[in-house]
Amino acid sequence: MAKLVPTNETILVAGGGISGMTAALEAAECGKHVLLIEKSPSLGGRVSQFHRYFPKLCHPTCGMEINTRRLKANKRVHILTMTEVTAVTGTAGNYTVNLLTRPRYVNENCTACGACAKAVSSEIPNAFDYNLGKIKAAYLPFVMAYPQRYVIDPSIVGTAEGEAANAACAHDAIDLDMKPESFTVNVGAIIWATGWQPFDAAKIQPYGYDRFTNVITSVEFERMMDPSGPTGGKLLRPSDGKEARNIAFIQCAGSRDRNYLKHCSRICCMATLKQSTYIAERYGDDPDAKVSIYYIDIRAIDRFEDFYQKVQADPRVTFIKSKVANITEDESSGDPVLHGVDTEGYHRYDNRHDLCILAIGMQPSVRAEEIATGMHGDANGFIETNDENGAIFAAGCAGNPLDVNRSVQNATAAALRAIQVVNRIAAAEA
Amino acid sequence: MSDRRMAVGNYRNDFLKEVEANVEDGEWVKMCMQCGVCAGSCPLGPYWEHPPQEIFMMIRAGLRDDVLSSESMWMCTSCYNCIVRCPRELPITHIMHGLANYAHRLGLAPKMNPTRRFAKLFWNNIAAGGRANELKLSLGLYFMDGFATGIKKSLQMLPIGLGMLKTRRLNPFGLLAGGNCKDRKGIQAMLKKAKELEDKRKGFA
Repeated sequence: MAKLVPTNETILVAGGGISGMTAALEAAECGKHVLLIEKSPSLGGRVSQFHRYFPKLCHPTCGMEINTRRLKANKRVHILTMTEVTAVTGTAGNYTVNLLTRPRYVNENCTACGACAKAVSSEIPNAFDYNLGKIKAAYLPFVMAYPQRYVIDPSIVGTAEGEAANAACAHDAIDLDMKPESFTVNVGAIIWATGWQPFDAAKIQPYGYDRFTNVITSVEFERMMDPSGPTGGKLLRPSDGKEARNIAFIQCAGSRDRNYLKHCSRICCMATLKQSTYIAERYGDDPDAKVSIYYIDIRAIDRFEDFYQKVQADPRVTFIKSKVANITEDESSGDPVLHGVDTEGYHRYDNRHDLCILAIGMQPSVRAEEIATGMHGDANGFIETNDENGAIFAAGCAGNPLDVNRSVQNATAAALRAIQVVNRIAAAEA
Repeated sequence: MSDRRMAVGNYRNDFLKEVEANVEDGEWVKMCMQCGVCAGSCPLGPYWEHPPQEIFMMIRAGLRDDVLSSESMWMCTSCYNCIVRCPRELPITHIMHGLANYAHRLGLAPKMNPTRRFAKLFWNNIAAGGRANELKLSLGLYFMDGFATGIKKSLQMLPIGLGMLKTRRLNPFGLLAGGNCKDRKGIQAMLKKAKELEDKRKGFA
C-alpha cells in the first residue's frame, strides 16, 4: 500500500465490498490514484459472508483472493479501513470529504498470530455472523480478512484484559493509546459503493421474526451453512439445536410490498434456489429432507433459467405459488406453521415446517440523501443516475439491488465515469 | 360472425371494463398480482366460496354470472385485514362492498343471502327516520323469517331487551313514534337526490 497525497485527480471509493474493490482496482489499473475507504476492519463486504456464489456454486473466498492479489500488486490504491465519510461538500472535480478513522488498536506490525485472542477471555457478538455467535474481544474479522490484521474491541481497552492482550503480543503490534482521527481530503470524483443491508425482518409483523425463534433470514441461513460459521456448517434450529430437515423459504419477504420495500430485490429468488441446493447436498437421499418454496413468481432472469429448472427437477423441492399470509408457532415443538391460500387452485394450507427462512429484501446501507445535499435517490434511497449528482457515482447495490455479477459490471461502469472526470481535470491543469 | 371473430370475442374482457366503470374502486381489480395474502389473512377465509384473489381472477376471466351471483363478497365483515396487508394496497374491502352493491342493483345478488337481507333492512330503517331505530330494526330482524320464528327469537332475546330497558339503552316508544332525526324530510330529499345522481352516473336511470 502506497502513501498517497489526495488531489483533485484522485478518485475516492467509499466502501470496500466487491463493488468498491472492483471500482478501485479498475480505476487504479487505468493509472488513476484511488483512495479506498471501508467502515469495517476488513475489505470484502457482504460477499465474503456468503457460503457459495450462484450460479456456479463456487466459494467467494476464491474471487476475494484474486482481488486482494490485485490490490497488493497495485501501488495506486491507498486503503483505509475502519474509516467512514462524515461529510461531502464541493462539486465535480473538486470535492472536500471529511473522514473519520476509528482506532483498531493494532498497527502494521501484526502478523495475525492470534496470541492476543488467546490472552483475552471476554467475548462480543460476532457481526460477521449477523450476531448469531460470539467472538473474542481481540479478533480477526474472518479467515480471509484483508488486511490480515487483528482488531481489539474498544470494550476491553483500558481494562486488565486489554493489558493482557498487549503483553501477549510479541511483535509490538498493539497500541492501546490509539485515538479516533478526523481528517479532510480533496478528491476529484467519488464512487459510492456502500452496498446494501437486509431489510429489518421484524417489521414484517405477520411473519413474527421477532417472536418465533425458528423463523430466520436468508443471510443468517447463509452464515449457518458456512463450515466456519456459528453452527459449524450444520443446519441446527435456533430453538432447540435439532437438525432441521423440513425447510420453508418465503420469497419477497419485504420486497415488492408497498408496506415495506416497493422494489423487487432481484437476488432473493436466485439466493433461495442456491440455498435449496445446500439442503439437497447436506441431506443426500434422506427421505425426510424437504424444501418448500413459497413464491409470487420466480424471477430467475436470463441464464439463471437453467439453474431454476435444475432445482425444479429435484424431487425434494416443492414450489408453492402463494405469498404466505402469516406464521404461527406450535408451542410444544416450536415449529413454525405457515398459513395461506395457493394461487394454483386456491387451496387453503396450514403447513408445519422445522425451520422457516425469509428471503429477505435488500435496502441501501446509506440512503442517497444522507451522502451529500442535493443527491438524487429513489423512494427506497438507492442512488439514481442524475447529472445533478455531479461526480458522485453509485457502484453496485448503493444504486440498485444487484447480484454480484451485475454489481461488478456496474462498478466498472462507475470507474469509467469517474476516470472521465479526473481526465478532464488533468487536461485542464496540463 | 366468422369462427375467428367468435374466438377473439371469447377473449374480450368486457366484464373487467364493466367492473371498472360501475363498481366502487373497480379500477383497482387489474392491479392484483395473485399473491393470495388477502385470502390467507381473512378471518372468514375458510367460509368464502371464492376468496377475493379468486374473485379478481374471475373478473379478469370474464365470468360475469359466477361473480355477480356469488355469495362470496357478502362474506366481508370490513375488518380491513386484507387492505392493510395487500402488497399492492388494493382497497379490497371496498371492492367487495362495491361488487355486492353492484350485484344487488342489477338484481343478480343471491336473494336469500342473510347479509344482503340485513343490509336492506338496515337501509330502509335508517332512511325512514334519518337515524337508526333500534327497536324496529331488531324486531324486523327477528321476524325476518316469519311470525313463529320471530316470537321464538324475541323470547330468546327478552332478558337482554329488559336489561337494556332498565339501563335506558332502549327507547320503548320507538315502535310508535319519535326517535327520528329533526329534519327527516330534508335527509330523505338528500338521499333521493344522491340516488338520482348515482343512478345517472352508473346507467341505472
